[in-house]
Amino acid sequence: MATETAHGAEMADHGAGQAEQASGLVFHPMDQFIVKPLFGHGDVGMFTITNVTLWLGLAILAIFALMVLGTSRRAIVPSRSQSVAELAYGFIYKMIEDVTGKDGLRYFPYIMTLFMFIVTANFLGLVPMSFTTTSHFAVTIVLALAVFLTVTILGFVKNGPSFLSLFWVSSAPLALRPILAIIEIISYFVRPVSHSIRLAGNVMAGHAVLKVFAGFAAVAAVSPLTIVAITAIYGLEVLVAFIQAYVFTILTCVYLKDALHPHH
Amino acid sequence: MATTQLAEDLPGICVDDHGSAIGMPQLCADWVPNQIFWLVITLVVIFFILSRIALPRIASVVAERTGTITNDIAAAEELKRQAGEAEKDYDRALADARAQAQAIGQQTRDDIKAQLDTAVADADAKIAAKTAESEAAIDEIRASSVANIEIVAKDTALAIVAALGATADQETVSRAVDSRMKG
Repeated sequence: MATETAHGAEMADHGAGQAEQASGLVFHPMDQFIVKPLFGHGDVGMFTITNVTLWLGLAILAIFALMVLGTSRRAIVPSRSQSVAELAYGFIYKMIEDVTGKDGLRYFPYIMTLFMFIVTANFLGLVPMSFTTTSHFAVTIVLALAVFLTVTILGFVKNGPSFLSLFWVSSAPLALRPILAIIEIISYFVRPVSHSIRLAGNVMAGHAVLKVFAGFAAVAAVSPLTIVAITAIYGLEVLVAFIQAYVFTILTCVYLKDALHPHH
Repeated sequence: MATTQLAEDLPGICVDDHGSAIGMPQLCADWVPNQIFWLVITLVVIFFILSRIALPRIASVVAERTGTITNDIAAAEELKRQAGEAEKDYDRALADARAQAQAIGQQTRDDIKAQLDTAVADADAKIAAKTAESEAAIDEIRASSVANIEIVAKDTALAIVAALGATADQETVSRAVDSRMKG
């Protein structure tokens, strides 16, 4: 409902810019995702310093603060920040060990990098007026493709041609195997798509809904309700920010397991 | 390059005159190279921060903590064992002391009993001696009293005979008294 209204408002916007200002209801739920240069008003080239640069940089700083400055005392009895850093470490370490097995621990730094980046970027995106880097498909597709290519190459390097047995379900009846193989191959190549769209879609949808509700807050009659709704959705978004990072990471572990142990 | 040229001419393919997004900004191809470029740099930086500094540090801290905990538990086990041994020693010493005390008590009791027995025997001997002595004295007294009574009886009998007016020689009276006293 809300998105439909938003859509209507957008249409009106394109139709007549003046009419929108008169009505009082202004919906620009997607404006928060615009990439713009930090300095000046030029176009966005490959190396332009944009709001993307700013928020990616802040993600680096946040990770550095937590994982390096937070653990700088190397205390046996950890401080709060060191506890959080160790919690993140143990969380991912255990996840790889459980999902992928001991031999997956070689890739721990790579998976940790993915998780820390996504979870930090998601939470930074929840700061009001911020730009959410993980809401862009350009970002998540790079992450998902990196996982997909790494896993595929690793699978062939580790197992040789027998990596293809991933698609040959030997536990199924022989007649079904070719059909299953086609399904498996399709699902394998759909992986990076679902992997990336799941993350960006969840983050983008939540942020857009927040903006739509914020637009309704301009109407005095419904603004208390709207503010309650925004608060509730914000809470949900905090959950989504973590869960999507978790899901992305655990799927990476599952794909890695396929590369290391392709036999069903 | 072509897109750059286009973007300069127009207000922007993805943004309208008012600065609002046209459609989904996520699908704006103009911005993709910029995002990918900065993302790759970010990921590389994060990877080096984590793999060079953060992760080895946390791993060492965790390992150190595990080591410390293991050592502490081992030390605690050792101390517990020592405490158990000390308790056993204490129990043994206590039992020894108790047995010794009992032995000493018994010995003392025996000594006292022996002394007591000796003393009782001494006392008995003394009492027997005293009794014998007393009996001897009593016999002597009795004998002397019998002799005295004889003399008195003879004198009395002589006097009585004289008083009755008969003459009696001493010999006859004496014999008669003797025979009477024996009878």
